[in-house]
Amino acid sequence: MSNKLKWSLILIVIVLALLYVFLEMNRNAFSYMFPRRLIRLFAIILVAFVVATSTASFQALTNHHILTPSMLGYDSIYLLMQTVLIFVLGSTHPLSSSSSLLFFVTLIIMVGLSTILFVPLLRYLRHDLFTFLLIGIVLATLFRSVTSFLQMIIDPNEFSIIQDRSFASFNNMNVSLIYIAYAIVIVTTIVFQHRIKELDCIALGKSQAINLGIDYNKATTEMIVMIGILISVSTALVGPIMFLGLLVVNIARSILATYKHSALILISFLIGAGIILIGQTLLERYFNNMIPLGVVINAFGGLYLLYLLVKEFKRI
Amino acid sequence: MKKTYILFLILFILSITSLFIGVKQFELVDILTLSEEVLMFLTMSRIPRLLALIFTGIGLSLSGLIMQTISRNKFVSPSTAATIDSARFGILIGLIFFASSAFYVKTILAFLFAFLGTLLFMKLISMLKAKNMLLIPLLGIVLGTLIDALTSLIAYRFDVIQLLNSSLVGDFSLIVQGRYELLYIMIPVVIILYLYSYQFSIAGLGEDVSKNLGLHYNQVVIIGIALVAIISATTIITVGNIPFLGLIVPNIVMMIHGNHLKKNMVPTSLFGAILVISTDIVGRVIIFPYEIPIGLSLGVVGSLIFLYLLLRRPKYVKQT
Repeated sequence: MSNKLKWSLILIVIVLALLYVFLEMNRNAFSYMFPRRLIRLFAIILVAFVVATSTASFQALTNHHILTPSMLGYDSIYLLMQTVLIFVLGSTHPLSSSSSLLFFVTLIIMVGLSTILFVPLLRYLRHDLFTFLLIGIVLATLFRSVTSFLQMIIDPNEFSIIQDRSFASFNNMNVSLIYIAYAIVIVTTIVFQHRIKELDCIALGKSQAINLGIDYNKATTEMIVMIGILISVSTALVGPIMFLGLLVVNIARSILATYKHSALILISFLIGAGIILIGQTLLERYFNNMIPLGVVINAFGGLYLLYLLVKEFKRI
Repeated sequence: MKKTYILFLILFILSITSLFIGVKQFELVDILTLSEEVLMFLTMSRIPRLLALIFTGIGLSLSGLIMQTISRNKFVSPSTAATIDSARFGILIGLIFFASSAFYVKTILAFLFAFLGTLLFMKLISMLKAKNMLLIPLLGIVLGTLIDALTSLIAYRFDVIQLLNSSLVGDFSLIVQGRYELLYIMIPVVIILYLYSYQFSIAGLGEDVSKNLGLHYNQVVIIGIALVAIISATTIITVGNIPFLGLIVPNIVMMIHGNHLKKNMVPTSLFGAILVISTDIVGRVIIFPYEIPIGLSLGVVGSLIFLYLLLRRPKYVKQT
């Protein structure tokens, strides 16, 4: 990787982070605003890292640059599991009244379920991109419908609790989870570090990967587990973000023609952090949160996905 | 034909059942004596609801059937061809620019945008000469998502997101006398669809073949899209969005009956009405006295059936 690119991106992100924290800072309210902005900055950095890592790994696993885990319904599984938990236990249960405990249990169930669901899907449908994508989209719709269905039948008090907890967005970050989220992401990254290194081989396809001495099925299953954990973290912090991963990883790929996934992840992470910081600074400070950042990213991401599909189609 | 009679019978029984379900309970005797109160409940709420259910079921499933025939793709329907999302965009434009204006302006705008959106989609797929069975609905869904994102972007800006979201989930519980009459427009539309069914079948053979057979291909396609847009716009304005109905009903009927368009129209519409009424009944009973909106319950059932259709496909169709 060109070091120049890496360092200049790091510099840009640092400048953007400083701008995010200090722009339009009211001197008198410094002690109130500073820690709040700092913690949001940490959340943004974590989300950017999680999105870059999970999307790049998922694209390596599937050998398709169009797919992202969120498009296949990972976020909606997380939200569904959280709703189911509150639905079954009730809002007064100790589990649902502590948001970090709820997060932890939801995460475990979500990882289990997504592994059961995606390991076979990946195994049988990997070669058939359009079926895979369509099934993912329909599954995501299904999970969202079931989630709203359950929210309808939950009584209103409990519903307001869910709404508080699960409709996180960039405007309404769930910062109470930030420490546990950092801990989980750091541990996950360390545990799965050797698998991230193997991504370069996995991206070559099944036969090549096996030929190079990788226990392919075990590696893919572990990656699916890792992606499940990471997506849970980002969904819990800022809510579902459909297309951010698609945008950042593909932008990174186009400026950095590389087969090395560690480099790709790093650059995607920096680009993602940059995009969120610019968007959030502008919307928060100058546009008075007129539009949520997630909606803007979705609009651009949708357009980009349409372009990718048309391009993919012309290729075959 | 025997199957059609059975479907008629089922529809009839379900319709009667639907009339009797609700917070206000009647006995059969009440109907026979027809006290004023019972009569009021029937004409104000139950009968309008039943009619709205039947019209929606018939309209949406037939529009799915026509779109699948014209586009020659089993996975195309108003919810996978950007029709519904474009109609919502039209409603948004109506809310912003003609806020004080009457109901029918909104309807016309919804229709206009639904028509243009679907036309855009059809042009896109014919331009790409897309042969892949699944790329077409995928493009439609993504185009729909894009239009949807644009809609919410503008809606946020003008602070009408809540007004707009009421058209997001299909719900029959608000249907009373005076709020469903727009759906009567389905009657002439369905008749026209039936009259044109042979033309649609020929158009389904592809542009070249149908021109060779002496058909005004573009004209027929535009008529088809316009009729579908009328159906989608009126349902989304009166009832809301009912996802996947137009997709699953024709597919199930075609599995049983084959592909003859004109012969399929009656069973498709009956089956569509039956599916909508029975889902509505379940939604009304399951958390009685509250209701689950049909957009949600059919969203769950519909996506499950869609998944089934997707997964069973490779067994008899080779991937192109």
